[in-house]
Amino acid sequence: MSTPLLKLRSVNKSFKSADGSDRLILENVDFTLNEGEIVALLGQSGSGKSTLLRIMAGLISADSGEVEYAGKPIYGPVNGISMVFQSFALFPWLSVQQNVELGLEARGIAPDVRAKKAKQAIELIGLEGFEGALPKELSGGMRQRVGIARAIVLEPEVLLMDEAFSALDVMTGEHLRDDILELWQSGDLPTKSLLVVSHNIEEAVMMADRALIFSSNPGRVRFELPIELERPREPKTAEIHHLVDCIYTEMVTPQRRLADGQLDYGLATERSPYPRANVASIEGLMERLIDPEFLGRADLPKIAEAAEMGDNAFINAVEDLVLLEFAVVKDGDLIATELGSIFGNGDSELRKQMLGQQALQTIPFISDLYRELKSAPSKKVSFDQLTKSLGLSLNKRDVKKTLDLILEWSTYGDLVDLDFKVRKVFLHSESPVRA
Amino acid sequence: MSIDNIQNSSSSRPNAENLAVAPSGIWDLVLLPIILLILLVLGFGAEEMAKPFLVGTPIELSLDAANLPYYLLRTILRMFIALAFSVVFAFGFALLAARSRAAEKVLVPILDILQSIPVLGFLSITVTGFIALFPGSLLGVECAAIFAIFTAQAWNMAFSAYQSFKTIPAELEEASRIFKLSPWQRFWRLDIPVSMPGMLWNMMMSMSGGWFFLVASEAITVANQDIKLPGIGSYIALAIDERDLSAIGLAIVTMLIGITLYDQLFFRPLVAWADKFRFEEGDGEVAPKSWALNFWRRTVWLQQLGLGVIKLFEGSFRFFRKRTDGTSAPSVKLIPAHHFARGWDILVMIAACLAVIYLIKYIHTEVGLTEVLHILYLGVLTLIRVVVLIAIAIVIWVPIGIWIGLNPRIAEHSQAVAQFLAAFPANLLFPIAVVGILHFNLDPNIWLSPLIIFGTQWYILFNVIAGASTIPVELRYAADNLGLKAWTKWRRYYLPAIFPSLVTGALTATGGSWNASIVSEYVTWGDTTLKAEGLGAYIAEMTTAGDFPRIALGIGVMCIFVIGFNRFIWRRLYLLSEKGLNF
Repeated sequence: MSTPLLKLRSVNKSFKSADGSDRLILENVDFTLNEGEIVALLGQSGSGKSTLLRIMAGLISADSGEVEYAGKPIYGPVNGISMVFQSFALFPWLSVQQNVELGLEARGIAPDVRAKKAKQAIELIGLEGFEGALPKELSGGMRQRVGIARAIVLEPEVLLMDEAFSALDVMTGEHLRDDILELWQSGDLPTKSLLVVSHNIEEAVMMADRALIFSSNPGRVRFELPIELERPREPKTAEIHHLVDCIYTEMVTPQRRLADGQLDYGLATERSPYPRANVASIEGLMERLIDPEFLGRADLPKIAEAAEMGDNAFINAVEDLVLLEFAVVKDGDLIATELGSIFGNGDSELRKQMLGQQALQTIPFISDLYRELKSAPSKKVSFDQLTKSLGLSLNKRDVKKTLDLILEWSTYGDLVDLDFKVRKVFLHSESPVRA
Repeated sequence: MSIDNIQNSSSSRPNAENLAVAPSGIWDLVLLPIILLILLVLGFGAEEMAKPFLVGTPIELSLDAANLPYYLLRTILRMFIALAFSVVFAFGFALLAARSRAAEKVLVPILDILQSIPVLGFLSITVTGFIALFPGSLLGVECAAIFAIFTAQAWNMAFSAYQSFKTIPAELEEASRIFKLSPWQRFWRLDIPVSMPGMLWNMMMSMSGGWFFLVASEAITVANQDIKLPGIGSYIALAIDERDLSAIGLAIVTMLIGITLYDQLFFRPLVAWADKFRFEEGDGEVAPKSWALNFWRRTVWLQQLGLGVIKLFEGSFRFFRKRTDGTSAPSVKLIPAHHFARGWDILVMIAACLAVIYLIKYIHTEVGLTEVLHILYLGVLTLIRVVVLIAIAIVIWVPIGIWIGLNPRIAEHSQAVAQFLAAFPANLLFPIAVVGILHFNLDPNIWLSPLIIFGTQWYILFNVIAGASTIPVELRYAADNLGLKAWTKWRRYYLPAIFPSLVTGALTATGGSWNASIVSEYVTWGDTTLKAEGLGAYIAEMTTAGDFPRIALGIGVMCIFVIGFNRFIWRRLYLLSEKGLNF
């Protein structure tokens, strides 16, 4: 069980951003995938996991570092590596059978042989009888089964799953996941190892032998958690809970874990101080936290479930609460600060005031903007200017989102007002704003 | 999701269930003779195309109604051959332009320019060449006619294919790379299916475009030639020469029959079959139906034959496959270095500058700059006509288009009507125009103008219909719910909703109108000729006279006007519609 199928060493990748400068997406990533194991890669959206996966699939090439499959360097897509896509990527004009046969046809396998193999894969994945259907006639779960069948019919040694269950509803996703694990356990899944990329922590813990936590900006493997539970794993047990807890804590804690396992508190947070969650999420989470159920101190996975937000949204909200000094994270728990309790208990007027104050104190971008608007009477700053200056330190994809949040926080906190017609920001005035 | 659904989709494969529906082979017996007959007729037509011919000997044509079926056959044959070439050209162009940045920079502007050159322009340059290619046979002239029709059909198809190739969903592209599809396999399994829906619609519009310029293509009166090839176009030209109104009427009827025939037997089945290529899932949209396709699907042996041919073709996938794996060095993709791209840009710039210098010298010596100014003046006159008429057409057709678009049942049939209306050659209106203007003693400068817009106004109508029919249902409900009235409704709801489609339609319409001005500003009926002062009339006159430098100059100026209009007006409007519309 020790032949590394995939080996990545010191992989770096950067992309050119809009202004021509390089943005580092992956930094010194080391990664090994061995035969007979399932590895989960966890991280928030935009953390470079997709890029890493595509480098392994041979779709993109790394800028530097080694990428090897079975000891040989990867220059392009390899026969032994197959992929399942988040949005299924089925060809809408091909039937289920034809979609599954796609890879076989590309390899020049004879029609009768392909038909037989495809039929076997379709039966294995549970879609018997649907060979002639077109993708648009199938539900989401069934489409993903086709995607899986298409990948495993090629008998790959490595199966990459790019957020394969994220586009499915919770029950369908769980059902499909259990089916795959069952096949894996019984040895019927014709692949030697799985790499599951996900942002769903529980899914990762249920499936994997190893979970790697990926940090973003730039992306690197931050933490590795071995999961030595026997399969099949029951979802609501104490061991699972503990593992999920560990991972949550790791993901929201800004400390860096050094190579020898020591925690390093001295470095600044990896994340630049910009808002990541909207006001409604922050307020909602805070209210939940000071609820009688938690009374200001909550176990992270528990309050994640209670808050009923997606994993990504939850982590963003937690980080923003910490940023605004309304809460801290300690020992796997989210703890409200005094400031936070006042915020949670206050009425809307008080909350607006507090959010405005804290935003000014803790988010340099907002305080800079405020200062500039104050510098001259009736000064206005355009959206485009803000977009440009955000673009200097953020990914193009994040700029629009972050700008929207900055403007939302600032207007909510009564710091600024907006004029959408001319797309400019100006100082908030106490007098009623013209319509 | 019922079992029935699956069976319907796989009904293209004969299986036990299908055979139980109809006794085996009956539809084969019905369809086979029809197909054989069509093939025979086409073969006969093809044979006629290569008959011996000497330049100068007149070809017999008559206005006898009995000749019409034969003429229709020849015309349709020509148009479909041109269409086939257009398809090949479109895909070839799209492949080059979509895959290579360097090629794209040059090819797209070239296509822009080619699109603005009128059909007559192409014809005047190439007709002698084609005739010389096949001396002693009619085939040379046929080629010239087919080429003329091709130039009326090819450009919008090329753009459509190019657009489709550039907007292939990224995930499908990744999938085809991961599963190691070779370029040949990927072209047939991904590129072509993705572009099918757009291509089909454009093919239908192209056929109509071919009809519009049919007279000019078949009755070749350029460069001092006067050859009338057997066909509906020449028939119409002859009818105009002899002032035969009933013949014009017969021509209209024949055109209608021809369009209906190829619509029902060719396009409708294709559209119904190509429905599986549409991957935007319209909510509850009715799938297009075709009786011809249904009949075909009920045959047994014919379908087997068809599938057999397809299987044979798919065998080529096996042969043209990727034979290397990602772990071997030849798999490495070569990305051309940055400075190569720069070098290419500079080369193109230099070529363009040289061309401009040479052009100016040529114009100065052959034509003189005063003539150039005169031509520009004529261009401005035509421009005014086009702008005014497009504005009138917009005011008339936008409300109607919106009303039709919001009524799905009426909108469904609009596609069939669109084909016919857009195909109607302005030439068929000449008698009305001439008689009308002479009788009421009207100024041709003003009253010939409606002819310009006659064929192209439909682009506005049908694009607005398309735009209105895709207005989300919730938006309509919200508007009703809020009780929006009259002017507010227009300002905030209707106009912004259809604005992008309107711009597309108006863009196509103005481009077509410039082209149409050549056959609309210079009108003949018998021995009466009416002329409006404008660039179209100028080009038409110079074409008949065979004055090459002036033809080229006229066409060049027309191109400049069209392209200038596109860049400065339509582009801006598109950007405006993207930014958000506030009327």
